[in-house]
Amino acid sequence: MDFLLTPDPGLVFWTTVSFILLAVILKKYAWAPILHALNVRSETIEQSLQAAERAKAEVENLVKVRQEMMDIARNERDELLKETRELKDKILMEARTGATRESDKIINMARKQIEAEKNTAIKELKKQVAELSIDIAGLLIQAELKEDKKQKAIIDKYLENVNFN
Amino acid sequence: MNKFLWILVLLTSIFFSTSYASNDVSNADKTEEAFDPTEMIMHHIADAHVWHIVSWGEGDHQTHIQIPLPIILYDKGKVHFFLYSRFDHDTHIAESKGSYFLYHHGKIFNTDSTGNIEYNEEGHVSNTSPIDFSLKRNVWSMWLSIALLIWIFLAVAKSYKNGPAKPKGIQALMEPLIQFVNDDIVKMQIGDEKAHKFAPYLLTVFFFIWINNMLGLIPFFPGGSNFTGNISVTMVLAVLTFLITNINGSRSYWQHTLVAPGVPFFVKILLIPVEIVGLFTKPFALMIRLLANITAGHIIILSLVSLVFILKSVYIAPVSILLSIIMLVLELLVALLQAYIFTLLSALFIGMAVQDVEH
Repeated sequence: MDFLLTPDPGLVFWTTVSFILLAVILKKYAWAPILHALNVRSETIEQSLQAAERAKAEVENLVKVRQEMMDIARNERDELLKETRELKDKILMEARTGATRESDKIINMARKQIEAEKNTAIKELKKQVAELSIDIAGLLIQAELKEDKKQKAIIDKYLENVNFN
Repeated sequence: MNKFLWILVLLTSIFFSTSYASNDVSNADKTEEAFDPTEMIMHHIADAHVWHIVSWGEGDHQTHIQIPLPIILYDKGKVHFFLYSRFDHDTHIAESKGSYFLYHHGKIFNTDSTGNIEYNEEGHVSNTSPIDFSLKRNVWSMWLSIALLIWIFLAVAKSYKNGPAKPKGIQALMEPLIQFVNDDIVKMQIGDEKAHKFAPYLLTVFFFIWINNMLGLIPFFPGGSNFTGNISVTMVLAVLTFLITNINGSRSYWQHTLVAPGVPFFVKILLIPVEIVGLFTKPFALMIRLLANITAGHIIILSLVSLVFILKSVYIAPVSILLSIIMLVLELLVALLQAYIFTLLSALFIGMAVQDVEH
């Protein structure tokens, strides 16, 4: 029973030598590469996660930018449409007023021409009346030249009866 | 319902086996030599110069299948190297380079050609012993575990060569354990900056103890050696932890141990001896804890198996087997747990020694 708690020098020797050799071999050929690989992997995973996070943020940002651009474009389009409508209205209005003015002008001109024509006609008429009067007067003179009084009375009477206009 | 069934089976088998056993004992003693469980168990948990595989038959017809292991002795300036089989089958005497050695109850003594043994008053053999460096069963068991460890972890290391990838095979099995030891034991106890210096030792200790515990649980060749339950082994491991702890001890660690700053003088007189004793009790506890746990596991399982032979009844076999299975499952846990505890405490002691905290 005493063997249980009595170290055996031979086993102590072999265990020490073997264990230290094992530790050295495993340290060089197992633990160093394994721990290194685990470190590298955990760093890679961390970096990948960060990259994914960044990419996600970028995508979100892109979505936001696209939304903004679309909003801007829509606003621009609305504004353009509004402007166009206003321009159309303005053009229509201008056209309408221009046409009105033109027609007024034409009407005025026509009126003036008519007036002028009328005046000319009146003048012409007066001239003809005068000539006619002279003719009549000539005839009367020829017929009633003998009696001065009568002649005069006739002329007056004619002249009185002639109504101008 | 199942539970009750089990209990019923257990109770009936115990009842039958005891009644049969009491009938048999009286005449069994006359025909065959009495079975001594203590001797059997002690034989199994002790180291041996021969690796016994199996034996059958009785008395003179008993046949042993066993591997004779190399004996290496250092005696009076000479190294003797021969196989165990050179010891005579009946006299247990071997001759090498003119010296005679006697194999007596697992130990080798100097003797003469007649195999003379002298006893002192207490009944112990008083012959001198050569220094025994034999490659005994535990050494071969350890070398088997070392071969396994190197094979496993070189294979694991190889699978990391092609850059980061999903672990598979043996790598997937070992990686969580390696990470657990490295992150949750070494880094936790020692701190991130200094962990890398001690991680190789602690990882080696963890897997060395674990694999050897597991090999010890295999009930047939080449397992079954009580390697991690041997005081020589646990002593070597504990001494290594002790050396690593104290060689790497920081200034503040030694200050706390030897000067105990900030403590009144009369307390110092008590405290400093306690601290110095504590330096040695820590590895001592490591040594005894592992030894006792593993040896106890072996003893319990062997005792349960011995029940069959003590009671000389096959009816107890189901009980023995059932209880052995329960114990083996428990021992599987203990194998890992003791490796964990040894590594954790080693890391804790090293961590306490290397941190330089100024108070």
